[in-house]
Amino acid sequence: MTRGDGVDEGKLVLLVEDEANIREAMAFLLAREGWRVETEDNGGNAVKRIKALSPDLVVLDYMLPERSGMEILNDLRALPEFSALPVLMLTARGQARDREQAERAGVSRFMTKPFSNAEVLTAVRDLVYVAGAARRASG
Amino acid sequence: MSESLTGSRIRDRRIALGLKQAALARSVGISASYLNLIEHNRRRIGGKLLLDISSDLGVEPSALTQGAEAALLAALREVADGASLPAADQERADEFAGRFPGWAGLLASAHRRTLSLERTVEALSDRLAHDPALAASMHEVLQTAAAIRSTAAILAEDRELPPDWQARFHGNLNEDSRRLSDSAKALVEYLDADEENGAAASPQEELDAFLEAREFSFPELEDGTATAADVVAQAGDLVSGAARSMAQGVLSLLEADAAALPLERLRRAEAEVGADPVALARHLGVGLARILRRMAALHRDAAGLVVCDRAGSLLFRKPLSGFAVPRFGACCPLWPLFDALAQPGLVMRARLTQPARQPADFDVFAVAEAVGPPRYNAPPLVQSTMLILPAPEAAPPEPARAVGSACRTCPVSGCVARREPSILAHEI
Repeated sequence: MTRGDGVDEGKLVLLVEDEANIREAMAFLLAREGWRVETEDNGGNAVKRIKALSPDLVVLDYMLPERSGMEILNDLRALPEFSALPVLMLTARGQARDREQAERAGVSRFMTKPFSNAEVLTAVRDLVYVAGAARRASG
Repeated sequence: MSESLTGSRIRDRRIALGLKQAALARSVGISASYLNLIEHNRRRIGGKLLLDISSDLGVEPSALTQGAEAALLAALREVADGASLPAADQERADEFAGRFPGWAGLLASAHRRTLSLERTVEALSDRLAHDPALAASMHEVLQTAAAIRSTAAILAEDRELPPDWQARFHGNLNEDSRRLSDSAKALVEYLDADEENGAAASPQEELDAFLEAREFSFPELEDGTATAADVVAQAGDLVSGAARSMAQGVLSLLEADAAALPLERLRRAEAEVGADPVALARHLGVGLARILRRMAALHRDAAGLVVCDRAGSLLFRKPLSGFAVPRFGACCPLWPLFDALAQPGLVMRARLTQPARQPADFDVFAVAEAVGPPRYNAPPLVQSTMLILPAPEAAPPEPARAVGSACRTCPVSGCVARREPSILAHEI
């Protein structure tokens, strides 16, 4: 498997997705690009995993068992250490009001399924490096 | 209206017969240039000249002066109105239809198709927003499609994929494609069952479909030859127990209404005091809600009826052409149906209109009445009933209050009662 250019291998992505085959494909894809990848399939464990791992980005499914992506996002934004953590939210619902709700809650990027692999990889890179640089500049 | 296309019909008929314009003109004793003006609908024609031309063309005069063009012109005017064409252009609909009948027909047919699709979109959008079974089914399809797309792209793009990963992704692809096929099939079956077999997703839909299939008419209950229980027992299209129970409630009320106020008695009373619910209630000594329900039964094809409970949920809907009642979800809160809930016994009367390409006025009457047995120190349970009648053409002019059907499909902007954004991008 080839490593993508320009990705610092130290950066960690936590992928929270309950659909096993999507999780596997995306984990492979991100790892091939050079990201360190951890996965979680249960919404109820997501915040605990994020606290333990301190990832550079979270890819978060909207509909998850136990706790929804929106609930997890709200929890994160209420914690000062994760208020600016990049969160890429994926959803098969795609309704305008879901997007608005997620944006109001502070999602970094909202993407509807099915998506192209290239779109996801571009979004992850943008959010970690571009948004990260902006945060560093402002902080 | 159709008379102005007489020239076009003369021209079509002449060409079909292979007659030269000059030859026909000569035969009826006019100049070819004058016939040309007639054929392009620039000169009116009648009397002896019309008789002579129709005789030469071998048709009845009426075949040249009347036709299906009235409907065509009405459709063209609707198109022009909807597109806000300047009045000067709108007035040339006759000329357009006369000069280009094929294109005009095509435009009218496309317009009819657009209206039909708009209705379908509204119904489907309502359904997507409010039918949890359909939403779950669509979610499953999209989830599986996402898995397939990602996996297939990896397999197609990564030439150096290790064999164990290749095998794994091929396995996933196989599994997901089977899942997609199953979920897509289930989705189609679900939609087909609803559309074609009348099978409904919820007991309320099942009941609505049953009542619509019977056109809200139960002569056996009206003449007392059957009971509500008999009708329900024989209704093969009521499948679920919940729908049968709901139908029993609706039909029992109809049975009681029919016994208390036979349609013939109501018809005679209307002839005496007019089709005014309050006047009829006084004249007959019958409660208002029953009068409204019986009027809806008497004027079956020209009356709508909706009944809701105190929570505003529709318990009964008999739609009326031109006054849209949502199949799913909540109705427009501006309907007098809901005003009546505020004070049971108060009779509301209003003239309403709904936004539409061809808006019409309706007279509605609403009243809320207590239901269930009386109780001490507890507010009564109430149901509100609203009768919807087309405003009589001869009625004195009265400003009509604009109301919607449901927020999602209502284009009115700036409405204080709006609960959610409309899916209609533009006002009608």
